[in-house]
Amino acid sequence: MARVVLPQALAERAGGATEHEVPGRSVRALLAALDERFPGLAEALSGKVAVAIDGEIHSDPLLEPVEEDSEVYFLPRVGGG
Amino acid sequence: MSEEKKFRWVGTRPIRPDGIDKVTGRANYGADFSLPGMLWGRVLRSPHAHARIVSIHTEKARGLEGVHAVITGDDFPDLFSEKARAKGGHDDMNNLAQNVMARGRVLYHGHALAAVAAVSPAVAARALELIEVEYEPLPHVLDIEAATTPGGPLIHEDRVTQGVEGAGSSNIAKRVQIGHGDPEEGFAEADIVIEREFTTSPVHQGYIEPHACLARTAPDGRTTLWCSSQGHFAMRDYTAGLLGMDLSLLQVIPAEIGGGFGGKTTIYLEPLAVLLSRKAGRPVKMVMSREEVFRASGPVLATRIKLKLGARRDGEFTAGEATLYYEGGAFGGSSVMAGCMTVFAPYAFPHVRSIGYDVMVNKPKGAAYRAPGAPMAAFALETVVDEIAERLEIDPVDLRLRNAAKEGTTASFGPRYRRIGCVETLEALRDHPHYSAPLGPNQGRGVALGFWFNAGLQSSAGVNLNPDGTVTVLSGNPDIGGSRASLAMMAAEEFGIHYDRVEVVVADTHSIGYTDVTGGSRVTFATGMAVINAAADVMRQLRERAAAVWEVDVDQVVWADGEARLEGDNDREPLTLEKLARDAGRTGGPISGRAALTARGVGMGFGAHICDVEVDKETGRVEVVRYTAVQDAGRAIHPSYVEGQMQGGAVQGIGWALNEEYVFDENGKLENPGFLDYRIPVASDVPMIDTVIVEVPNPNHPYGVRGVGEVPIVPPIPAVVNAVHAATGVRYRDLPLSPPRVLKGMATPDAA
Repeated sequence: MARVVLPQALAERAGGATEHEVPGRSVRALLAALDERFPGLAEALSGKVAVAIDGEIHSDPLLEPVEEDSEVYFLPRVGGG
Repeated sequence: MSEEKKFRWVGTRPIRPDGIDKVTGRANYGADFSLPGMLWGRVLRSPHAHARIVSIHTEKARGLEGVHAVITGDDFPDLFSEKARAKGGHDDMNNLAQNVMARGRVLYHGHALAAVAAVSPAVAARALELIEVEYEPLPHVLDIEAATTPGGPLIHEDRVTQGVEGAGSSNIAKRVQIGHGDPEEGFAEADIVIEREFTTSPVHQGYIEPHACLARTAPDGRTTLWCSSQGHFAMRDYTAGLLGMDLSLLQVIPAEIGGGFGGKTTIYLEPLAVLLSRKAGRPVKMVMSREEVFRASGPVLATRIKLKLGARRDGEFTAGEATLYYEGGAFGGSSVMAGCMTVFAPYAFPHVRSIGYDVMVNKPKGAAYRAPGAPMAAFALETVVDEIAERLEIDPVDLRLRNAAKEGTTASFGPRYRRIGCVETLEALRDHPHYSAPLGPNQGRGVALGFWFNAGLQSSAGVNLNPDGTVTVLSGNPDIGGSRASLAMMAAEEFGIHYDRVEVVVADTHSIGYTDVTGGSRVTFATGMAVINAAADVMRQLRERAAAVWEVDVDQVVWADGEARLEGDNDREPLTLEKLARDAGRTGGPISGRAALTARGVGMGFGAHICDVEVDKETGRVEVVRYTAVQDAGRAIHPSYVEGQMQGGAVQGIGWALNEEYVFDENGKLENPGFLDYRIPVASDVPMIDTVIVEVPNPNHPYGVRGVGEVPIVPPIPAVVNAVHAATGVRYRDLPLSPPRVLKGMATPDAA
């Protein structure tokens, strides 16, 4: 199971915790599993976040693969100049 | 990528293809386009920081001879307001819509509330005088303290603080928090804890070219827009979005750009010009004056940061905690989240927490500026790090190396770092002769470290093979920092041909696939990868043609040094790019390639700067006498343009530290909207900025490229401020270090 870390702002919507063990081998699968556990969470994360998979940051990915033991951080998206 | 790879073009310094046009004045910038029958657009701007628009009467203006159109907020479709929210409205677009043209209220001095199109700029200016507006002035808030004082005036009575459960109406648009561990535990383990508070003033990116555009709308709605920006697709999407147009009906043709630094990633004039053109039935050109640029485009507004750092006697950091307040202007949207994410990013912390507040004030809507949010945060962190080094009597670079982030370090913003060059950058700085050079009287030396994420995002590229064997590369990114050169070099490298055989064209929105802005230090990295992939697409087709000619399997054909070769023992003469191009029509048709991608594997960037200053203790004037910028570029495709980015970022940071600030009067009117009174550094103000490019290749890029353009504005502020401390003994914590502030600090060091 991947170790998923959510933004602090969404902890309330995820049972009060930011860290979760989540099954799934893609970002989409993780989102689906999270949404099943915490209905509405996937929509809250959709289109507004970057995702760091094992330290590599992707902007708003959906199909990006995730390993069994990956660390997946949902991060706020940061603009550039 | 292979570190052993030998390059022919990567790492060399050919002349940039747009150079001659730009130095001879032939290049076309935003204001250089004109059309027959063209009208001139001008904008009426608010004389109040906050007021209700009771009425706008435009009849007299419309009646003036030579006036062809007048627009106000009522001419815009209501797509994003609260009322329209049920249909899928969007906060950011609602803010953008209200910023380009006020609806009901003006929210800052200079806020647009009407625009006219007339036969000349003079007639347009006269028409603005004939627009009758009745205002009901409302209470305004102009700084963080006023905005966050309970019971004070509210800018938007219906806005509550995002990120706070049960929050009431507030001028704090958003609260954010990141971190890990327990800072209190970390501070308890520390031998030294220092907590300080810092402020920075509003500054502008100071791009030389004002915002400018030309719009032409046909009776059937098809529209062409010429404009200078950091991304013509963004200009198209925002403009069409605000006007409810299909994207396919708006063609945006990019002009050259005379500086942007983040400030030209959004729209101001573009939807106004399109609406005026639609209403007048003629092309409309709009050009901001310098004063309008200062008053009504997006600066970086003020910040206040409280930062606490704990360390053991041996220098190891035990905890960091910061509270950041960033003004975002009248709609919020500051870069405080990036401030929170970057403030502690250069170091390893077992316990770290950043809390940020996005504060609304009656000032222009803030915009991005190079590494948005990071320089102010670095100012706070790196001056406290300097103070810790002084108190612990540890060399400031050694202290930074002791704590520097490396591969595997848990970043303060969450994930573990992949391969980064923070340590290598600091080591290169420590080993530079500048770091140990003697100083003169009244001089001091400061160092600072800085971090920025860099971006990947979406890019498209096309590669067309011409019949003579030359190559045309199509890019969707305006060329700001020399990307025509770097993209041409990468294409030449892939094909194995001479750089002069490649021409790069910045293609318009109808001619190339979607491409995100030239921002986030991403073009050489991301669009470069698209060019490499598009070149690979062409080389695959070339190998297929050669295989067909030779009647062999394509797997037997390799591409090397600009020609197709048949593998193994054979007497086949290689087929050159020129020959294959010439025969393309007879072997299957023209050859072109394309690639489109969301760039993966962005390489984060670190920079470390050394600054020597000399302080005139009679006048308080600070002169930067020597400056060295060190940065990990991953791989410098064109070292001169990497160095140029490092030098430019350093100079802008020096200006931010020493001179630049918006000065508002008590009514929110900007008092220094011009380069005479808003003083950016010019060449004579700074020494030659020495540069050292460190290359810790990004393993995710074919050549190892990391982003370059933003990192160099992160370290300068603390490098300068630490140097001034070394020269004067005074710890300054409020920007800018203008002569009066420096003098006051030296007279009363505790109050600085």
